[in-house]
Amino acid sequence: MKHEVIIAGFGGQGVMLMGQLLAYSSMLEDKNVSWLPSYGPEMRGGTANCMVIVSDRQVASPLITAPSALVAMNLPSLTKFADSVKDGGVVLYNSSLIDEEYQRDGITSIGLPFNDLAVELGNARVANIVALGSLLSATDICDKDSVIDSIKSVLPERHHHLLPLNEKALEKGLSLVN
Amino acid sequence: MARKLMKGNEAIGEAAIKAGCHLFFGYPITPQNELPEYMSKRLPEIGGTFVQAESEVAAINMVYGAAGTGSRVMTSSSSPGISLKQEGISYIAGSELPCVIVNIVRGGPGLGGIQPAQSDYFQSTKGGGHGDYKLIVLAPSTVQEMVDLVQEAFDLADKYRNPVMILGDGMLGQMMEPVEFKEREIKKVDHSSWATVGMGDREKPNIVNSLYLDPQELEDHNHKLQRKYDEITANEIRYETYNCENAEIILIAYGTTARIVQDVIPMAKEKGIKLGLIKPITLWPFPYDVFNDYVDSTKAFLSVEMSMGQMVEDVKLAVNGKKPVHFYGRSGGMIPTPEGILENVIEVLGGLE
Amino acid sequence: MQEAAHGRAPAVATGIKRAIPESIVFTYQGDGDLASIGTAEIIHAAARNENMTVIFVNNAIYGMTGGQMAPTTLPNQRTTTSPRGRDVSSAGNPLKMAEMLATIDGPAYIERTTVHNIKGISRTKKAIQKAFQNQVDKKGFSLVEILSTCPTNWGMTPVESLSWLEDNMMEYFPLGVYKDIEEEK
Ligand SMILES: Cc1ncc(C[n+]2csc(CCOP(=O)(O)OP(=O)(O)O)c2C)c(N)n1
Repeated sequence: MKHEVIIAGFGGQGVMLMGQLLAYSSMLEDKNVSWLPSYGPEMRGGTANCMVIVSDRQVASPLITAPSALVAMNLPSLTKFADSVKDGGVVLYNSSLIDEEYQRDGITSIGLPFNDLAVELGNARVANIVALGSLLSATDICDKDSVIDSIKSVLPERHHHLLPLNEKALEKGLSLVN
Repeated sequence: MARKLMKGNEAIGEAAIKAGCHLFFGYPITPQNELPEYMSKRLPEIGGTFVQAESEVAAINMVYGAAGTGSRVMTSSSSPGISLKQEGISYIAGSELPCVIVNIVRGGPGLGGIQPAQSDYFQSTKGGGHGDYKLIVLAPSTVQEMVDLVQEAFDLADKYRNPVMILGDGMLGQMMEPVEFKEREIKKVDHSSWATVGMGDREKPNIVNSLYLDPQELEDHNHKLQRKYDEITANEIRYETYNCENAEIILIAYGTTARIVQDVIPMAKEKGIKLGLIKPITLWPFPYDVFNDYVDSTKAFLSVEMSMGQMVEDVKLAVNGKKPVHFYGRSGGMIPTPEGILENVIEVLGGLE
Repeated sequence: MQEAAHGRAPAVATGIKRAIPESIVFTYQGDGDLASIGTAEIIHAAARNENMTVIFVNNAIYGMTGGQMAPTTLPNQRTTTSPRGRDVSSAGNPLKMAEMLATIDGPAYIERTTVHNIKGISRTKKAIQKAFQNQVDKKGFSLVEILSTCPTNWGMTPVESLSWLEDNMMEYFPLGVYKDIEEEK
């Protein structure tokens, strides 16, 4: 088992956190993980991405050239990474911000309105958690409970009143793909 | 103990603190900023001291001063900042002071870029400053290894009264991996015979110095340093080998690049090519001798680096003309891909037949 | 244009100016650059009264590297390397560069301005114009320190940052002309 996930979007869309939660949750399930961010000036305003590897063997290169899954939160991210997704892989893209359709033979590609769904839940900022939920249902990388545990550890104590909202967002995401 | 998911830069900080380092002098530069930032937060919590110096030149001299008192002290920077520290590093080596210097390498020369590189191999292993001196240079390839080596670095520095450099790169500094901080005892070393800790009961003051105006005295000092370097070479060489028995080609790579090469080995196997890997962990002292074990059975060596070809010179010294030595590198923050490395391997093999 | 190493612009500018004295040479420097790593270079360029123009942008933080404490960071100001606020007892006091440089005999003109409001912007324009005119007229070293904002690294909206500048920075870094050899005559 080896999942190679790229999560990409604008700086500020929470893509780094999404990747960290994925890595953290998988670590809680005793898997080997790595999380590699893009860094530098591009992070301010431009596109940001992180690469997460989850494996039952030791992670060698943390760099992903052919992802098994891509979460694209905006169009530049989809354009940049979608064609590199390997056969049998998954592309989940944010149709709230991406008008185009993306389909290709040999992969599963689904457009989902992460932003709109987050707004429906009452807070636009949980779009990343909705997306994470959909990634879990599309890939089975780790369990929902592990993600909730890791949100608890990552979220500062003073923000813990947001836990129920995050759980709802995660469940929403999980229900999107079957 | 439970594993923690930590960023490389922050893990270095925590490892240093757990190794008894309570003093840190730094200056901002990407991609190592999380390390001084972590220290600025953590050190005051444990009664330690963080100072953001006015420059890298000042920071390394703060390290010189603190190390001269025998305290466990660390500084960090990235390539252009390390270049500025070189004067101080030469003084520290010349005065035989223990300290740990972290270099989270980025592409050069000049201002270069901020993406990962390995183009500081020369300035780390060959003496970036003036004079005949050596740093112990440790090159981790995972965040866990970085934690373990940082802790050992302090012990090595104390044991040999020598600066130790941790040579990482932007990728290792920025990435997160699970780490475990193994309980280890902090080896207390008595530095009172040389450190400037006050006269106490001594007759003569301890003087920290690298000035020897009498040429004979300076030569004697250099011989003394050399004996120490020989001892380090005899005792401290570290490396790992993978699949080297009967490998057709042996790749040599350290740090991040070694991890990428590890992914190439199974890819090559599918194509019926048997690859081995020598991963030096101490870049100085370099593991020259291990090459003797394989030089007869392998066809060629290939040094893979994120540089225009630096470590390859040591590989050539090690192989000593007995087999061809090739080089493949990316630079400027470009990272070699497994596919690119494999292509190069095939080229090297084709050239052999 | 020549790009200088962090802090070394006044030395590089000196080299250019000495090589081609008729060229118009200016440096553009941040507070980390001019008041921290490059303190020696700026003081000595001023002391030599190098006939050049320095535009010094003071935003009380290291912007490029992501929000670390600068030499001009205010007491108790939070940054990524002063997470509990700048504690002057261990992190030192902010440097007032315009005031410091004005104590040197060399310079022709030193003024501190702001760009957080229209009045400040037009004053800054005039100051910059004068700093260049001085160079054309061979009057010597001229520096304009410009207080400016850094919303991203201050963790504020752009609008909030304008009032933060006015309420906090201007008190510590008073605006005004600190040196002008014309007035001294
Ligand atoms: C020798 C060296 N050390 C560190 C750096 C990293 N660095 C780049 S810009 C900068 C300072 C940024 O702050 P400032 O000068 O105040 O300018 P601002 O970005 O706020 O405009 C630093 C420390 C470098 N480029 N070179």
